Amino acid sequence: MSAPKTETIEADVLVIGGGTGGPMAAIRAKEANPALRVVLLEKANVKRSGAISMGMDGLNNAVIPGYATPEQYVKEITIANDGIVHQKALMAYANGSFDMIRYLDKLDVKFEKDGAGDYAVRKVHHMGTYVLPMPQGHHVKKVLYRQLRRLRIGVINRYMATRLLTTADGRVGGAIGVNTRTSEFLVVRAKTVILACGAAGRLGLPASGYLFGTYENAANCGDGHAMAYHAGAELANLECYQINPLIKDYNGPSCAYVTGPFGGYTANNKGQRFIECDYWSGQMMLEFWRELQGGNGPVFLNMTHLAPETVGEIETILHSNERPSRGRFHAGRGTDYRNKMVEMHISEIGFCAGHSASGVWVDELARTSIPGLYAAGDMASVPHNYMLGAFVNGAIAGEQAAAFCADIDLPDADADAIAAEQDRVLAPTRREDGLSPYEVEYKTRRLVNDYLAPPKITAKMRLAQERFAEIREDMDHLVARDPHELMRALEAQSILDCADMAAAASLFRTESRWGFYHYRVDHPDTDNANWFRHTMLYKDANGAMAHRTRPIDPYVVPVDATEMTAYQSLRIAPIAQAAE
Amino acid sequence: MPLAAHATSVPVIVDDAKCIAAKGCTVCVDVCPLDVLAIDLVKGAAYMKYDECWYCMPCEVDCPTGAVTVNIPYLLR
Repeated sequence: MSAPKTETIEADVLVIGGGTGGPMAAIRAKEANPALRVVLLEKANVKRSGAISMGMDGLNNAVIPGYATPEQYVKEITIANDGIVHQKALMAYANGSFDMIRYLDKLDVKFEKDGAGDYAVRKVHHMGTYVLPMPQGHHVKKVLYRQLRRLRIGVINRYMATRLLTTADGRVGGAIGVNTRTSEFLVVRAKTVILACGAAGRLGLPASGYLFGTYENAANCGDGHAMAYHAGAELANLECYQINPLIKDYNGPSCAYVTGPFGGYTANNKGQRFIECDYWSGQMMLEFWRELQGGNGPVFLNMTHLAPETVGEIETILHSNERPSRGRFHAGRGTDYRNKMVEMHISEIGFCAGHSASGVWVDELARTSIPGLYAAGDMASVPHNYMLGAFVNGAIAGEQAAAFCADIDLPDADADAIAAEQDRVLAPTRREDGLSPYEVEYKTRRLVNDYLAPPKITAKMRLAQERFAEIREDMDHLVARDPHELMRALEAQSILDCADMAAAASLFRTESRWGFYHYRVDHPDTDNANWFRHTMLYKDANGAMAHRTRPIDPYVVPVDATEMTAYQSLRIAPIAQAAE
Repeated sequence: MPLAAHATSVPVIVDDAKCIAAKGCTVCVDVCPLDVLAIDLVKGAAYMKYDECWYCMPCEVDCPTGAVTVNIPYLLR
């Protein structure tokens, strides 16, 4: 067997993932030190990759003077996450939020402003005011791309990173990637690596059964989570799943953040409100689920009462930004917001810090538990960080990596590790027949739905682990007939890793927390005495999945015990409903 | 285990008369996050090669000649 075609390059800062946080990390690293060799590696094409492929319709967590303070924001997100947060990281985000908005504004990202030229911030959260609409937000990726070109950042498209390289003394040393169209290899020896691979959005199976009908960009399938895990990094609070209230079948946002400030609201099948606040939290999802269970479902987004002009404005925003094909979907079903409520349902599970709180552990400087390795965006552990969080934390990661690599040498590449990884990657191409990546992925994700989706039941999660172990053996029969299928075969392996992590993390935390996200039927109560801690999942010295807990760092913004329950009373009281 | 060849409808449609792939255009292929489009060298037009669509629409929006239409995949429609 001849050695696979392999090119080796060197970088000071290697950024993996060209969606939102990744480009910003590369931009800020280069701005911090233009002499640095900054390489941005992307599985798709930076022009249209990642969660914001078609832009974004607003900032969901803008901390803008006059509307909110960093302290208010840190407090609200702490409460929305039942206290399990690394507040210093939230504060680092909150403090950087306004500067990032102004930076993006300078790059020509368009935000909604009032007649006086001030940002037109809206209220969606339970307590504070943080939503800044971007009616023309479809151009965000173009703006980022322009800045990458301006700074002459080395962009390498269509290479899927498969494993991180590490050094004998436990540092990161780069990454190995495979071309998704040729299966040729690229080894990037790097002093620092920033992971920005997005959510693990292809974990549960959408109710439609369509593998790619996910909420997240379906390219974001947990490659980053898997790479971090195999390199020995710690992942935090993975049992705090992402579960979203979405347009049924279409599986995209309906979207209450845009429509709420105009008067749209979530309603049950009687057209009644049942939650006080449409902000996505585990507690809100629990009430959503209870409404479905209680016979009042389906749940809808109601805009039928709004003025036609208002609906027209909403349509313009929703049907040109973020997920523009939702207009086409509604048209196909004869859903006009003016006279028909939008049917919603509960999504499948995933890992995504953009909306929940789990991911590769990072501190307030975007550092993971491996020296030289940083993470940002949906795959890093800063809770509820959305697009603006990916930008801010990506910027922090870029600046930190730029500083870190100034004082160190380029690590040697481990030839044996590279050869072993090439063998693992190419194995599906060396078989004549066996299992297709699609059936293996489908089965994994169908079992995730059957056994891991909340309400979480111990006996079911243990069965999931048995089935996943069987699928792990099936991986030795994967067949890829071309480089594209090889990409899917590698993704199927990342998805199985994430499924195993979801089961293990959920079993480890023997309490219920974060509303529906970690509702354990066998442990229905929140147990602050034992579990007011982060859970950390990692690969131990024997290659086994292991856990520990990490104490919550002292808060930088104190939260009163009476305030801590604010998100636990989202259901509208029956009396109030009767009076409507 | 031998593999089956199985048919499925694809959501992305390309109007061959408008597509200028024969002149070297690869915009839709370039921007697809799932890399599901390809150029048919015989026809000189783009087509959807893999039924793995996120119905995200860059292929349609970025196409310089308006040749691409993204439909909602049948299973979701």
